[in-house]
Amino acid sequence: MGSAIPVDDEAGLITQLRAGDESAYEHVVRTYGGRLLAVTRRILGSDEDARDVVQDAFLNAFRSVNRFEGNSKLSTWLHRIAVNAALMKLRTRKRKPEQSIEALLPAFLDDGHHEERFQSWDEPVDQAMERAETRQLVRAQIDALPESYRTVLVLRDIEGLDTEETAKMLGLTVNATKIRLHRARQALRSLLAPHLAGAGPGKAVS
Amino acid sequence: MKCRELAEFLLDYVSGELPEENRSHFELHLSRCRNCREYLVQYEGCVKAGRIACGEMSDELPADVPEDLVKAVLAARKLDPSS
Repeated sequence: MGSAIPVDDEAGLITQLRAGDESAYEHVVRTYGGRLLAVTRRILGSDEDARDVVQDAFLNAFRSVNRFEGNSKLSTWLHRIAVNAALMKLRTRKRKPEQSIEALLPAFLDDGHHEERFQSWDEPVDQAMERAETRQLVRAQIDALPESYRTVLVLRDIEGLDTEETAKMLGLTVNATKIRLHRARQALRSLLAPHLAGAGPGKAVS
Repeated sequence: MKCRELAEFLLDYVSGELPEENRSHFELHLSRCRNCREYLVQYEGCVKAGRIACGEMSDELPADVPEDLVKAVLAARKLDPSS
C-alpha cells in the first residue's frame, strides 16, 4: 500500500509525476485525498458531491502537472484546484433558498449598546478545543451556516486564503467578501456561545 | 464610539487593518466596556476554533483515503488521453 516517497521531497515527487510514475500518482491521492475531501465536503455539504469533485480535481491536476511551477507547495496547488472545482459545482447545482443570517447577528438597542449581555465562556478556547466533542460541535455549527457565508469562512479562516484571492474565487468585491466573512464569524459565535458558556460540554450541570 | 460601531470594526481590528484614528476610539471603548471585550474574545475564539476543528491537524480526516476513490482516480487517469 502506498509508496515510500517522503512527503517533503516534493521536487522528486513532481519529477516522478511528470514521468508518469503510477506509484507517484497513488501516493499523491493517498496523501492529500483526505484533506481535499474534508474541505470540499465542507463547501458542498455533500459526501457524494465532494467525492466527484475531488476525483475531477486530481485528474485535472495530473493533466496539468507540467504546468505546476513549484512557486507554491504541491498541497496548496491541489487545494486551489479542488476548491475551485467545488465552487464551480456549487454554481451549477440547483440552489436551495438560503436561510437569512440576520437572526444570528448581534442586535443593538437604540442607544447603540448590545442587546445581549455576553456570558463568558467556561474556559479558554484552546482548552475547550482539546475535547473531540467540542471540535465536532464546531464543525457541525460551521456546516449549519448558510452556504454563501460558510463558503467565505472556509476559504478565509480554514483554508487560509487572503481576502483578495477569496474575492476573486467567489466573484465578489473585496468589500463584499469582508462583510460576508464578518457576518459568518458573528453567526458562528452566536451558534457556539450557548454550548461554550454556562453549561458547556464536560461541565456538571446540577 | 458605540458598541454597534465597535462590532462593525471588529474584522479590521483583529486583522490589524483598522486605521490608527479608529483604532484609538475602538480601544478606548473596549477599555470601558466589558461586554464588548467579551464579544471580541469570543469573535477571535471562533476563528481559532474553526481552524482547530477543520484545519490540517483535524481529527475529522480519515486515516485512509477511501480505497474506491484511489482506485477510481487511478483508473480514470489511465483512460484520460490528455494526461
